Amino acid sequence: MSTLRTCDLIINVPGRPDGFALNMSIEPGQIWGVLGPNGAGKTTLLHTLAGLLPTRSGQVILNEAPLVELKRRDIARHLGLVFQERQDSFPATVMETALIGRHPWLSPWESEKGDDQKCAQQALEAMEVDHLSDRLLSTLSGGERQRVAIATLMTQNPDIWLLDEPTNHLDLHHQVKVMNLLRNQAAENKAVFMCLHDLNLAARWCSHVLLLYPNGDACWGSADTMLKPSALEQLYNQKLMTVQVDGAPVFVPVSAGV
Amino acid sequence: MMRPIALPLSVLAIASLLSMIISVGVGSVAISPAEVWSVLIGDGSGLQRTLVLELRLPRTLSAFATGGLLAVAGALMQVLLRNPLADPYVLGLSGGAAVGALFAMLAGLGGALVSGSAFAGAMLATVMVFGLAHGTGSWSPSRLLLTGVVVAAGWGAVITLMLAISPARELPGMLYWLMGDVSYARAPWAGLGLLALVCLIVIPLGRSLNVLARGPMQAAALGISVRPLEWLIYVLASLLTATAVTMAGSIGFVGLIVPHMLRLVLGNDQRLILPACALAGGTLLVLADTLARTVIAPEQLPVGVITALLGVPTFLYLLHRSR
Repeated sequence: MSTLRTCDLIINVPGRPDGFALNMSIEPGQIWGVLGPNGAGKTTLLHTLAGLLPTRSGQVILNEAPLVELKRRDIARHLGLVFQERQDSFPATVMETALIGRHPWLSPWESEKGDDQKCAQQALEAMEVDHLSDRLLSTLSGGERQRVAIATLMTQNPDIWLLDEPTNHLDLHHQVKVMNLLRNQAAENKAVFMCLHDLNLAARWCSHVLLLYPNGDACWGSADTMLKPSALEQLYNQKLMTVQVDGAPVFVPVSAGV
Repeated sequence: MMRPIALPLSVLAIASLLSMIISVGVGSVAISPAEVWSVLIGDGSGLQRTLVLELRLPRTLSAFATGGLLAVAGALMQVLLRNPLADPYVLGLSGGAAVGALFAMLAGLGGALVSGSAFAGAMLATVMVFGLAHGTGSWSPSRLLLTGVVVAAGWGAVITLMLAISPARELPGMLYWLMGDVSYARAPWAGLGLLALVCLIVIPLGRSLNVLARGPMQAAALGISVRPLEWLIYVLASLLTATAVTMAGSIGFVGLIVPHMLRLVLGNDQRLILPACALAGGTLLVLADTLARTVIAPEQLPVGVITALLGVPTFLYLLHRSR
């Protein structure tokens, strides 16, 4: 079980004023959704939380230790990230891709063993891409690749899951599949923190929400207090209609615009 | 995934051995494998002993070491730059080495001094490209690549200039050096030792290289300290290339073609590809050198010409056939 805290964190978005310093605590069992328009700094925030980008000021703290003082390998055992964009300069199969998730857990002299294979296989099955395990990544559709990326994070099995638009490219069935997987992980005391564009996914699955404004302002709290139509309309500069379905609000953009 | 590693490597090891037996046996005087064996265990006639121990075996081993070094350096550069077009020479290393070697030749120096000067030139080129690519900010693979290509063009101009002002009697030697030639290489042990050392180093490093091939961000997220690893690859690949260039001049295509051919057949697990490159690159150059000295015997061709003539169609065929 791990906790990720931010201490007066200002993320470094070039050319933007400092805005509002983030003091959040991402605890085991919580599912965070980050909402904001394009260019609000959602991906920058995610990369900063993973220690991949320097902060402008403030700190990210993983289990009481500042991230900058930890070794990458130790960080990778506690915290994993699904990127929005992926490079594949070289051909690789789906199974090989899932197996790199085991990297932080193996010593340099070890190679992947049966247990690691089993771990990767289970993750591929959970994401319903196990039938593709021998296919080259470059031959898959966008949604299939997205599921392989999530399976890779599942194979890595960190305590803290950071995901950059995990439902990108996914059909409805697999969107629900992924969100349910994340809910199950949170139930096993993992912490989940993801950027989302779909308000309704956030409303149904997230326990906490962070609203990120293009000018650097931010506010965060439990999902039901944050997902207010007025705040969201201001965030996206878009009129919304709200209906209640199954006990959760459903937000629909009004086509006439503002 | 750890693919079965022993089978492809043993096939390549047998191919290496066969190529060496052929290379030592073929020439103005044919020597059968049995006779080679008897020379190696201390028997054989005086002529055979001279031919095998002093002429053909050192040359064969030098060719093997050069080919292996270039292929491994190529595979490393491709992972470092995440660019399939990278090869050991793309960063201007051979240019620096060539300027060093030609300078020594122009100064009337011979043998070991030419080699030493080539090595110094290659290392100078390495430091220069890295220093320039580093600049004031951080370096990225594309910046490193671009710096290398431009520096290589600069070396090319200096080489042309040196050729233009050289006395005519020096020109054939210089051109042979530029096209790559193992006929003067007599000291294979440093190269072979380095090749073996690198194959040992990549055992613990291989999985990290596999992850790095997915891009620096993904690699960092999976627990790799990207910058130190990239430095290590850069220094290692430069050292391998400089050693190869020093032994045999600039031999093109091996570092580009061998890793790609192997990837098309074996996949891209560096733990398999790097030792396989050492064996396959060595084998290719041994065979190419055997051809180079037999095709129009007693005249000899520069081995770089043969590697290009063999390598280009083979590579194009494999590429055409692949998915």
